[in-house]
Amino acid sequence: MTVRVQTEDFDMAAEYRQLSTAPQGEIPGAVVTFTGLVRDLYQDKTIHAMTLEHYPGMTEKELNRIYDEAMARWPITKATIIHRVGRLLAGEQIVFVGCASPHREAAFEACHFIMDFLKTDAPFWKAEETDAGISWVDARDTDQTALKKWQK
Amino acid sequence: MKIMYFAWMREHTNCAEEHLAKPDNVQTVADLVTHLRQKSPGHDKALSNMEVVRVAVNLTYCPLDTPVTDQDEVAFFPPVTGG
Repeated sequence: MTVRVQTEDFDMAAEYRQLSTAPQGEIPGAVVTFTGLVRDLYQDKTIHAMTLEHYPGMTEKELNRIYDEAMARWPITKATIIHRVGRLLAGEQIVFVGCASPHREAAFEACHFIMDFLKTDAPFWKAEETDAGISWVDARDTDQTALKKWQK
Repeated sequence: MKIMYFAWMREHTNCAEEHLAKPDNVQTVADLVTHLRQKSPGHDKALSNMEVVRVAVNLTYCPLDTPVTDQDEVAFFPPVTGG
């Protein structure tokens, strides 16, 4: 399990290799990865950049808690969560979630689950830069609604 | 106790963190909010609508009726927008 909060970019290929590499007899049958990017257009506004702030300590604790919850529900052999902070230009990578599992369904669902809970529980905040200046991004109700599909 | 503010709340309070000795009349997070709102107009504005503010005591999400002690770290922040 890897949780990283960092300013620097990440290498998708390197993260995939780390997830897919395992000793003989333990090679996962499936690796699912998700990468989030800074959009350049949102609701007719051109986004030049985003600045991400977080709550050091609590962020890592929440991401580990979400990971533990995913582990309890699906047979995940490895997982990686990376979230960048600081100022990111439109088009830059912002978040990575990858899950390895013996089975594709588990890998797909765990990856989706981790991303949905990251959106609502991990203490990150975005400020967006548009032609109108810099403003904090409002939370979206759809992110809360997305959690309903995971209710047991 | 250590109090922390994030995102637009920090801009209203004009500080990212502050330290204070827990007043005797502060037993819960809700009491603490009432106390902090008196510190400045910015604090009052930041903490005026607790329905949209999330609270963490010692790095864990907590409701407003959570008891607080002088050793606690209490963070106030808007709904999160990462990912």
